[in-house]
Amino acid sequence: MTTESQDMQEQAAEEDRARLSEYGALRKGQTGELRLMSRSTYFREAALKNLFLLCAFVAVMGVLLIIAFVGVRGYPIFGLEGFFGFLAGREWNPTDEIFGILPLVYGSFVVMAGALVIGTPLAVGTAIFLSEIASPRIRSVVRPAVELLAGIPSVIYGFFGLMILRPIIGRLTDGLGFGAVTAWLILAIMIVPTIATLAEDALRSIPNGIREASYAMGATTWQTIRKVLVPAAGIGIIDAIILGMGRAIGETMAVLMVVGNAPIFPASVSDPIATLTTQIVMDMPYAAGDHRTALFGMAIVLFVISMFLVAMVRFLSRFQTRLDGR
Amino acid sequence: MDKRTANAIALGLLWASAIVTVAVLFAVIVYVFINGIGQLSLEFIFTWPHGVNAEGGVWPTIVSTLYVTLLAMLIVTPVAILAAVYLAEYAVQGRLVGAIRFAADSLASVPSIVMGLFGLALFVEGMGIGFSMLSAAMALAFLMLPIVMRATEEAIRSVPKYIRWGSYGLGATKWQTVRRSVLPAAMPRIITGIILATGRAVGETAVVIYTMGQAINLPLSPFDSGRPMTVHLYMLAMEGINLPAAYGTALLLMIMILVFNLGARYILRRSKRRM
Amino acid sequence: MADQMSDKSPEQISEGTDKIVVKDLNFYYGDFNALTGINVSIKERAVTAFIGPSGCGKSTFIRCFNRMNDLIPGARVEGLVSMDGQNIYAPGVDPVDLRRRVGMIFQQPNPFPMSIYDNVAYGPRLHGVRKKSELDDIVRTSLERANLWKEVNGILDRNGLALSGGQQQRLCIARVLAVEPEVMLMDEPCSAIDPTSVQKIEDLMAELKDRITIIIVTHNMQQAARVSEFTAFFLQEQAGEPAVLVEYDRTANIFTSPQDRRTEDYITGRFG
Repeated sequence: MTTESQDMQEQAAEEDRARLSEYGALRKGQTGELRLMSRSTYFREAALKNLFLLCAFVAVMGVLLIIAFVGVRGYPIFGLEGFFGFLAGREWNPTDEIFGILPLVYGSFVVMAGALVIGTPLAVGTAIFLSEIASPRIRSVVRPAVELLAGIPSVIYGFFGLMILRPIIGRLTDGLGFGAVTAWLILAIMIVPTIATLAEDALRSIPNGIREASYAMGATTWQTIRKVLVPAAGIGIIDAIILGMGRAIGETMAVLMVVGNAPIFPASVSDPIATLTTQIVMDMPYAAGDHRTALFGMAIVLFVISMFLVAMVRFLSRFQTRLDGR
Repeated sequence: MDKRTANAIALGLLWASAIVTVAVLFAVIVYVFINGIGQLSLEFIFTWPHGVNAEGGVWPTIVSTLYVTLLAMLIVTPVAILAAVYLAEYAVQGRLVGAIRFAADSLASVPSIVMGLFGLALFVEGMGIGFSMLSAAMALAFLMLPIVMRATEEAIRSVPKYIRWGSYGLGATKWQTVRRSVLPAAMPRIITGIILATGRAVGETAVVIYTMGQAINLPLSPFDSGRPMTVHLYMLAMEGINLPAAYGTALLLMIMILVFNLGARYILRRSKRRM
Repeated sequence: MADQMSDKSPEQISEGTDKIVVKDLNFYYGDFNALTGINVSIKERAVTAFIGPSGCGKSTFIRCFNRMNDLIPGARVEGLVSMDGQNIYAPGVDPVDLRRRVGMIFQQPNPFPMSIYDNVAYGPRLHGVRKKSELDDIVRTSLERANLWKEVNGILDRNGLALSGGQQQRLCIARVLAVEPEVMLMDEPCSAIDPTSVQKIEDLMAELKDRITIIIVTHNMQQAARVSEFTAFFLQEQAGEPAVLVEYDRTANIFTSPQDRRTEDYITGRFG
């Protein structure tokens, strides 16, 4: 409120008091004066608000602390090896103090890409099934199952992959079964809940009128899904896939148990391979000095990738809002 | 291809993908169940592992897991709920709120191995707490924070406006309204969120391995180290020394997760029926 | 100032005591002027009805009396609203205390998702009543005054949401009565409940007005005619323009011999 209008209001209040007495409305004592705002209440409310803000700020603090503590530990490696020497170095050989993480980055991306290729159709299919096809009863079974899939610890997935999938893949590829293929299958399962739940939310947020309009024009269910619903939920589904990507790149234990952990460029997808995350776990118990710094440097790389993916999702959803606004 | 045929094929594939998803879930659960059930006994649960092949039970690892998750839950719950109260009730959309949300989203997608190294660098070494329940619980708390925050914020936002009006209309201050009517109304969903986040903490490996240590120990004080079930399972499985014990541990872990998930679901459903 | 006042000034109704006096009220949502030049005096211990087509600002107006509009960002009031001669928008006046004294019933029955007892005890507890025996008394008296006691006696620990819509609304009335307000604002209290319950609530209003000043917003003119002594007719003549108070008079006069053409049109149009 501007001071001008406040002045005017006070002035008006003065006049009105005078006028009011004419009505006999100005009576006191019968029901008591309106209480003025109590200072202690006011301060308490303000203090609480600030306390809550502080709590909310813990999230920001968390990110800053991660940047600070992981960053400080790992940053020197970029000086030692050079930015590209570290990121694009083709050899990872800690015994000879050679820290090139390209094979690991490559491993991470190979594992992630394969998992996405297998997992995305499964996840998006499940999402479409849940939102468009399943009857409420079937949905009430499948949806909890998908959520439960997200709750199963990664070490159990790893264990399952190690005991069941690895021997099968081994037999099929004439090897031990440690390698990217086994990791693909395990990771594909693990990213299904992430992608499926988010994609389903995106599909369900489409207004029903759009579906009805399409059916009214004689479209089949599949035509409605493919030509109307999937495009309408487009960015939401892409967001879901990006977050699934993040999950696949960051996954550690399950991958660790099935990839074989050889920090080299493998000859085939069924040969042992290593990723950024698995190499950290493998080396951490004995790493010291620059080796340890390099491991923290890899954590920086992982952190930057995950931040980048989150930023991308935010950018896309802002883009979406702008599209919708038009 | 005729559009009816295309439709039938496509719907068949969608059914198939859902069936595969559910089948995989059951395969994992059934596999762990069948192989682990023979191992499960009171002795396995309540005795210590011993010998080179970790014969015997897993009691200290169960205690370590429960200890660290409960501690993490105690740490994260007040902070996350109040943070969500701020975002849902007090915050005005702006830069600050944008930063907080971005941070929460980032925190939610930080790979757990990075969180583990962070916990090692900050709590174990930086603050000198050492490998301990406390270090692990604080690192886990950061992992759980965005989950609980989001669940709570959504729960608070789903409380109808007119509930708030009712409270304000009776002469309640903002905080009184939040504490006495909004939070109680949102409580079932908040509890569900906390339980689900706790379930994630139970199954977490990479974070705790670098913050709690790996030594088998029965933790008493928060400064004691220990070995959680997940790490125990990982070690047994990778070394392949005592597979029956690995299956048993996996089954116990799975049962815990199931209890957490079904419990959360039960609370949610009961509250929905009441509403 | 005088030329801005609407043609029907509050002096028109001379009988009774004024509980609330509104002078030259303007209401804004941000830049949008929602109400303009409102002058009205609400009589003590009587029922005053606000009628008008939907979107005419009557709900906005009623929320000025307990400053509920303060909760809406960008909402702003100009002019004077005084209760017992005291400007409720004066700097320093505590809206929280005001809302205890000016209770409000909403369109949607809004019991808190807690027991019937806790619902009624909510207000007294807010204001520091702790003793169990005292709370028991307040809960019982309030439920009795709201004509709900007979129906809920013995099931006080049941969730308030388990009651029927009409019972829920009376629970909300009991909840307001528990803090002993001087004024009760009712924003379309009967539009979301079944007809038999409407009867009960109308009877209740007739009983309560001996002690409490009641203002009711309703889109139902028969209801206004049945329950109120005074009626104010609001109208927004053009979209985007502020709404005005067209006519304010004894209910009997409004419905039998309205002074303003617009009032007449509205009433005849609606009555058939």
